[in-house]
Amino acid sequence: MDINLIFKIAGLGIFISIINIVLIQANKEEQAQMLTLVGVIIVLMVVIQLINQLFTDVRSVFGF
Amino acid sequence: MIVFKIVGLAIISSILIIIIKQKIPEIAFLLSLVTGLFILILIISQVGEVVRLIKKLVEKAGIDIMYFNTIMKIVGIAYIGEFGAEITRDAGENALATKIEMAVKIIILFLAIPIMISLIETIIELIPRF
Repeated sequence: MDINLIFKIAGLGIFISIINIVLIQANKEEQAQMLTLVGVIIVLMVVIQLINQLFTDVRSVFGF
Repeated sequence: MIVFKIVGLAIISSILIIIIKQKIPEIAFLLSLVTGLFILILIISQVGEVVRLIKKLVEKAGIDIMYFNTIMKIVGIAYIGEFGAEITRDAGENALATKIEMAVKIIILFLAIPIMISLIETIIELIPRF
């Protein structure tokens, strides 16, 4: 459990939004879309681990 | 104190979500999901303490432990189901959220059948036969 994870995800989001603006200004909308997709996948990796941790904790607490 | 941790975490992450939401709503949604997961994981240890206390009381009172286990399972299913329904509703999928809630209700009903049957048997024993 570390709170830094939230700041990491927020930083990633702000970084991707800035790069997106640059790419759209350079008329590269497809690559901006790809960048957003990659960012979502990276965050999804973390989210899946957290969901797994929550399910394991609930299972151990309530005795499934 | 865990309450300061949770409230501070929620306020900071909602500010960050407002900043990110204008440009990339997908990552803003994931950030809110992660914050919710953090809060639930932080609070589950306290829930465990409460469950342990109730279990001790149940053992002292001499009630059948099977009923306690079933009730705790139902509480866990409601915990997970409510979380999933809220997340899907947050993502704008109201239909999915309603279906999750329906599935959780059916699972709870299924788990409650043994308790219901034992209750009905007790009532039938109480009725005098003519």
